[in-house]
Amino acid sequence: MTTEEQILELIAEQALMDAEDIKMNDTLEDLGLDSLGFVEIVYGIEEAFDIQVPFNANEPEDNEFDISTIQAVVDGVKDLISEKETG
Amino acid sequence: MSRRVVITGQGAICALGRGADVVQNAMVEGQIGIAPMDFPDVERLHVNIGAQIKDYDSAAHFTKQQISLYDPFTQFALLAAQEAIDQSGLAFEGHLAESAGVILGTAGGGLQTQEENYRNVFLDGKNRVHPFVVPRLMNNSAASHISMTHNLMGPSFTVASACASSNHAIAQATDMVRLGHCDAMVTGGSDSMLCFGGIKAWEGLRVMSKDGCRPFCATRNGMVQGEGAAIFVIEEYQHARARGADILAEIAGSAMSSDASDIVTPNQDGAERAMRGALRSAKVNPDDIGYINAHGTGTTANDKTEIAAIKSVFGAAAAGLRVSSTKSMHGHLIGGTGAVELLAIIKTLRDGVVPPTVGYQKADPDCDLNIVPNVAQAAKVKAALSNAFAFGGLNAVLALRAT
Repeated sequence: MTTEEQILELIAEQALMDAEDIKMNDTLEDLGLDSLGFVEIVYGIEEAFDIQVPFNANEPEDNEFDISTIQAVVDGVKDLISEKETG
Repeated sequence: MSRRVVITGQGAICALGRGADVVQNAMVEGQIGIAPMDFPDVERLHVNIGAQIKDYDSAAHFTKQQISLYDPFTQFALLAAQEAIDQSGLAFEGHLAESAGVILGTAGGGLQTQEENYRNVFLDGKNRVHPFVVPRLMNNSAASHISMTHNLMGPSFTVASACASSNHAIAQATDMVRLGHCDAMVTGGSDSMLCFGGIKAWEGLRVMSKDGCRPFCATRNGMVQGEGAAIFVIEEYQHARARGADILAEIAGSAMSSDASDIVTPNQDGAERAMRGALRSAKVNPDDIGYINAHGTGTTANDKTEIAAIKSVFGAAAAGLRVSSTKSMHGHLIGGTGAVELLAIIKTLRDGVVPPTVGYQKADPDCDLNIVPNVAQAAKVKAALSNAFAFGGLNAVLALRAT
């Protein structure tokens, strides 16, 4: 499974839907997720890739970590993984 | 004729200082007790600020035998209780001792004792623990030790409703006196969860700020934990008057409500019902209230929901209210927080000065009431509310009146 597929699986599990139904330009709201729902996804991502995602549930619009779309989340996680590998 | 209940003693210890007066003056001056924390493994946390009680030496207050039985949350409660009872001038003897009890709030109980002993058995591989681990960690430990130290033989127990524990406890103790079960009670709350596990668990929720508690401010980014205790002696009004006690304030009413909706997300309706209930119970109108000590945690969700609830309950009167969150100074003491916040209200009612919401940087259109930004405001306040809205959707609001 690619990194992207793994992330989509984690999101799908939390949003109670199939990963193939998630579109990259979907927002968390489109998937029926609130910020606290996303906290569980962040935890799953951190555990799966052994990274630290700088996400604070209090700053939905002004976060160190961009969660505006699924694409942004995937890109952000990939960056964190490569930072970790080169870091 | 309903019995009236008044406060005749107060005691406290928290990051703002030791002694109720010291804490109250620090609040008025806008002092901030939030700073980098100090305890084992703090460097492994992502959130490492808190309102920790610094330079505290338990051996200066308690014997070695006592410390083996007193978790920090119990020590703080005992220190605050001693101060409150001394101030009240009450001696618990005879019928008064037999009828008076202790009702406290706590969320974590002896969490530090649990952590220490888990370290011993899991991390250090020890196969033996101190014989008093259980009596030291139990949530009723503080209430029990206060009852033993001060000869309080009436109804005593501990309330756990997370961030509303103290307000539930104080409301319950007040009803005990109001209903005539006793003429005096000791009540308040205590918590001390500033240890690695205590903060790590909160960190997981991603609602903690790494840089400070700024309630109602547009740049707020979460809560900051604190620790400590505040304890009060409450008494039936005629009983207090007959012995010439110094009456600090009247607990005029209270109300409790449950959101019955979500385990962590705040609910406007639940908050409104608790505030409306407290006003009704105290028989005061919205425009009689001059100050609300807000729950004001500094999270996005709590603060905007709380302000919306206040506006809905108070209508046009909301414009004349002062609403501050002293958590910006003493942090969020979780189960002990309502008790420490009651000190802010007593100070306001007695001295005509409203403690500020500090750390305020930028207006948030969702929080557009007079939140007493950064500097205390002089105001003659006759009645006030203390809000507490807990995780789990359990709410308790106290209504206080000047005497």
